[in-house]
Amino acid sequence: MSFTVRKDEAKGVVIVGIDGQLIVGNRHELKQRVLDALADGERKILVDFSATGYIDSSGLGVLVSLAKKMREEGGELRLAGLNEDLKTLFELTKLDTLFTIVDSPDEALAGF
Amino acid sequence: MTLPARLAVERRPVPGAGFSVRVPADLGLVEEAVDLVARHCLASGLPPRRARFNLRVALCEALANAIIYGNAADPSTAVDVDVTLSDNTLTLRVADEGPGFDPAAVPEPTLPDGLDATGGRGLFLIRQLMDHVYFNDRGNQICMVLRRV
Repeated sequence: MSFTVRKDEAKGVVIVGIDGQLIVGNRHELKQRVLDALADGERKILVDFSATGYIDSSGLGVLVSLAKKMREEGGELRLAGLNEDLKTLFELTKLDTLFTIVDSPDEALAGF
Repeated sequence: MTLPARLAVERRPVPGAGFSVRVPADLGLVEEAVDLVARHCLASGLPPRRARFNLRVALCEALANAIIYGNAADPSTAVDVDVTLSDNTLTLRVADEGPGFDPAAVPEPTLPDGLDATGGRGLFLIRQLMDHVYFNDRGNQICMVLRRV
């Protein structure tokens, strides 16, 4: 499991990639990466799940928390690259109604 | 099978009957434990999507609940995972050392008022992803059954 953080300078979007799982054992690391970007003045965050295996409820909870925080700070968190299993998780929990979920990272970037 | 450090695995005397894993109450070990069980179940013929997704998410939730709530994250405690494979089903029992809880008292997490809560979805996901879920009377052991077909 690892996280990658890069910035699309043209769009001003910080892209956080999750390689592996987003679960109870590493959720705080994702939270810190996003909060660090927020503290640096970033207001557009894209979480890329293209290389993510599975997410548990702790991971979902961190995403909810970060989305709230981003809104409070006048920013936006978008999600992209979810496979069918991950989409199912968001649909089951109805969290697909809370997030902007886009098929591909490129599509998400274009929409910011 | 290479066993991750600190996970104690005990196989049944009958080949293919299943095995048990004792997981120290450390959230950092959850992924290893889930991976160990999922790989074994995949090798035993569980359909890939069920091993990759349903089993992994549900077991991850059960272990996290057992460590955080059941064992109060006390590092001197452990959680026991028992895996039984039959021709038609995979049965996972996850037991903690806590006093137990009342699963009927857990609120529904998909109602509009609670949708933006940051927790409370674990048991709901388990129920959605497994075919049968039940608890022992004390409420410190969850039994999760997944059909193999």
